[in-house]
Amino acid sequence: MLTALALLVGLLAALGAAAVPLARAANGGRLLHGATALAGFLLAAGGVVGLLGGPATLDLPFGPPWGPMRLALDALSSWFLLPVGLSVGCAGLFALGGAYGPVPARDLLPWPIFVAGMVLTLLAADGFTLLLGFEAMSLASWALVARDGAGAENQRAARIYLGFAGLGGLCLMLGFGLLAGGAGDVAFAALRDDPPEGARAAAVLALLLAGAGSKAGLAPLHVWLPLAHPAAPTHVSAAMSGAMTKVALYVIARFIFDLMGPAQPFWMGTPLIALGAATAVIGALRAALEEDSKVLLACSTIENVGLIAVGLGLALAFRGADLPALAALAGGAALLHALNHAVFKTLLFLVAGEVLHGALSRRLDRLGGLIHRMPVTAWAALIGAAAAASLPPLSGFASEWLLLQALLTAWRVGDIAFQMGVAAATTLAALAAALAAAAMVRFWGLVFLGRPRTPRAAGAEESTGAARIALLVPAGLTLLLGLFPGPVLDLAEPALRLVSGTAAPRAGWFAIGAGDGGARYWPVPVALLVAAAVGLAVWLVRRRAPAGVQRGPAWDCGFIAAPPHFPFGDPAGQPSAAGFAQPLRRMLGQGLLAAHETVTMPGPGETRAAVLRSGFADPALETLEGPLPRWREAAAARAERLRALSIRQCLGLTFGAVVLMLALLAWIGAR
Amino acid sequence: MAAVWSVLSQLLHVALALAAAPLLTGVVRWLKARMMGRRGPHPLQPLRDILKLLRKRPVLAENASAVSLAAPYLAAGAAVAAIALVPSFARGMALAPLSDLILIAGLLALGRVAMALAGMDVGSPFGGLGASREMSFAALAEPALVMAVLTLAILAGTTNLDAIGGSFRDGGLGLRVSLGLALVALLAVAIAENARIPVDNPSTHLELTMVHEAMILESSGRHLALWEYAAQLRLLLWLGLLATVFLPLGQAPAGSAPHLWIVGLGAWAVKIGGLALGLAAFESAIAKMRVFRVPEFLGAALLLGLLGAVLLFVSTGLA
Repeated sequence: MLTALALLVGLLAALGAAAVPLARAANGGRLLHGATALAGFLLAAGGVVGLLGGPATLDLPFGPPWGPMRLALDALSSWFLLPVGLSVGCAGLFALGGAYGPVPARDLLPWPIFVAGMVLTLLAADGFTLLLGFEAMSLASWALVARDGAGAENQRAARIYLGFAGLGGLCLMLGFGLLAGGAGDVAFAALRDDPPEGARAAAVLALLLAGAGSKAGLAPLHVWLPLAHPAAPTHVSAAMSGAMTKVALYVIARFIFDLMGPAQPFWMGTPLIALGAATAVIGALRAALEEDSKVLLACSTIENVGLIAVGLGLALAFRGADLPALAALAGGAALLHALNHAVFKTLLFLVAGEVLHGALSRRLDRLGGLIHRMPVTAWAALIGAAAAASLPPLSGFASEWLLLQALLTAWRVGDIAFQMGVAAATTLAALAAALAAAAMVRFWGLVFLGRPRTPRAAGAEESTGAARIALLVPAGLTLLLGLFPGPVLDLAEPALRLVSGTAAPRAGWFAIGAGDGGARYWPVPVALLVAAAVGLAVWLVRRRAPAGVQRGPAWDCGFIAAPPHFPFGDPAGQPSAAGFAQPLRRMLGQGLLAAHETVTMPGPGETRAAVLRSGFADPALETLEGPLPRWREAAAARAERLRALSIRQCLGLTFGAVVLMLALLAWIGAR
Repeated sequence: MAAVWSVLSQLLHVALALAAAPLLTGVVRWLKARMMGRRGPHPLQPLRDILKLLRKRPVLAENASAVSLAAPYLAAGAAVAAIALVPSFARGMALAPLSDLILIAGLLALGRVAMALAGMDVGSPFGGLGASREMSFAALAEPALVMAVLTLAILAGTTNLDAIGGSFRDGGLGLRVSLGLALVALLAVAIAENARIPVDNPSTHLELTMVHEAMILESSGRHLALWEYAAQLRLLLWLGLLATVFLPLGQAPAGSAPHLWIVGLGAWAVKIGGLALGLAAFESAIAKMRVFRVPEFLGAALLLGLLGAVLLFVSTGLA
């Protein structure tokens, strides 16, 4: 299996190389996207086979000067192949539907390389290979973000993304260096034999959270994500949110559960829990306030990454506190949510792309009423939005239910400070879930319901063929994952064994449970119960009520109809994106996102209009673009002074450095 | 035999809840009117209103989509499904293994989202305004609910409502400060979820102050009847939930035969009646607060819930 997957990575890389001649061919784009979509679904199938079969290793006959490149396929990498493969498959299918005629090679070339990089990261069994895949993934996705060189926004997004990608790669490299210690062997087998302890472990964790955490979107290093994910073409946005964040989370899981050894203390989980909870709230709140559909979805990705990080941190803490059953529960929540999120977020990004294609806008204030013009897209989007809003019986509810159960049992770790911290994290997770529901209602309602806000939205058309299938496949998967989380968790059992250290209990077909004596969630009976209740309501009403409905003008609280030059009604009479967000902006935004509202009233007798200005800004981005560049300038100005030194001072500086180094060596030698 | 009793009690419970929900709303209205010195409408008036609305053909806006047609049924169905999970006169009903508190919160959220989307369907100003406020308030109410659930789950060891009620009845937990704080938090959430004073006014006709009613301004006929019925079910659900957790006295234990149900039925009627009296007295004594004061109200509930959990950690840590 591993050999086949390695060959697939090679084929994807070759496909990237073949993009230049393919771009000239009439159907080259379709061929490339079709092949990538096929590769995506094959990867997901490979993940399933890998989970059912045993682990495998493979040493490639080439590599860096000090040894071969090592690949391995164990349960954890097999599991993460599932979200990556499904997300890439659906995104490729969508791109296939939209690719007509010749496409510039710079749009085609990085896409298969991006996918190959992600898979190489998952299959890597030494630090060099993992970093190679991680960097290929970063740079290829950067090339796709930066492809639209004309837009100033895109250029800014690409610049910030490149900075963060560089920082992430550097931190991961240092992390591997610190893990390897003096021996310098970065093969995973060698790293496992010498697990770090104490301060070294904490330093590795910090570097990991800065390196892989920034790629996943953990606060406060999340600021690049809402800029870069939306700037790419739709299928790349979908794969970046659906798959790339999962690869980063895989790197975190690989480090904390595998490479750093099984004997980490429980407090090693707390940074992940704290950062995850903060990330979830900030992401969900921004998703409820943003006015661009793709930016909104990228912020919702930050929220979900935060929830998954909370699950991973809890699993680590439970394992450290010697509670393996609870570690399996929290780990199951994290792994299941990673898969669920990959599927529904891919679906929602593709919906945003379809809306952009049909109605020519990403801004919520230029859409509206699309359920009449794009019904298939609308209903597929409703499934994805309801899953993201964690409504039963869809997939998001199942995994968030597991996560809440894990949080609610976290008090069993005896430490009182940890208990209080987890109680606060529980509040934040619940707040994030409820905010996500508000964000998804706002997204779906403003885009698909109401009246069209522009003529373009009134004339929108939806596409058929591959693009429609690309929406229906993840929508169906979201339903299936929601109704049958038990078998999916059973499939993840080998990965959970790796995470928790013991065999996880089987979940069975119809229920998932929170350990012995704990509550259970039965998705299929719940769905049947709701269906029966709705059926009962329909039957009771039909017996008494007259059939059919009468159509008339909207009552609108008795307002008179709009004048004829407003064919879609009075535009001011419908909530705008900013108006819908106003309660949350006032309630939570003022504290967390520095939201502001100012009203400028004209004086008596003036004829100008009153102006209401409102907005918000992410404090992390403010810091990035405010003080940080100033500090850089100041440091550069200081460094410039060195150039004015005299020859004597220069020699003195060099001599001083040599003496310092020798003293350091002598000190190290003496210890 | 026990299986037959559990199915029978479940069916009886659902039928009872469906019948009692409009009556409860009528009783609360009647009690409020008496306290204000009015005669008030007959307690059966809400039921008569629903039957009257059912006979009328609904008028839909020209641009209303299928969402307006389907949402009332989904909201009512979610409310019925949720109330089927909250025990009334007996525990151990057929659906007891499903009656998870987080699932009940999820079903209530399903109904809320259906209502918010129905409010946005036509694109009228008040519908969107109500939807936006409802979802924002829920964003604060849900963490408060989860905090109360945390206290209950620590004490009972599970989030299953049936099991929580059972362990509180049999366990002899005694009076605990944490439980009191969880009760206050749950009461505040219940008031916000049911759009009662001081969060919202269930009988207002001033659009600017409305939250719940603003979303269904465009509904009429059977759709309006379903919306009102769903709201009545939700009120009964919350009172039943509070009664099961905090006043489990008199509830027939799991697997008991029908003669014990009669005691349970009587106790349930007394408990719900008492809670209705309390609600009417509270609503008569207090004024509605400004819309943007509601976050403070719910934030206080959230902090009380958190405080309850923390107190529990401290007390168990010392014991």
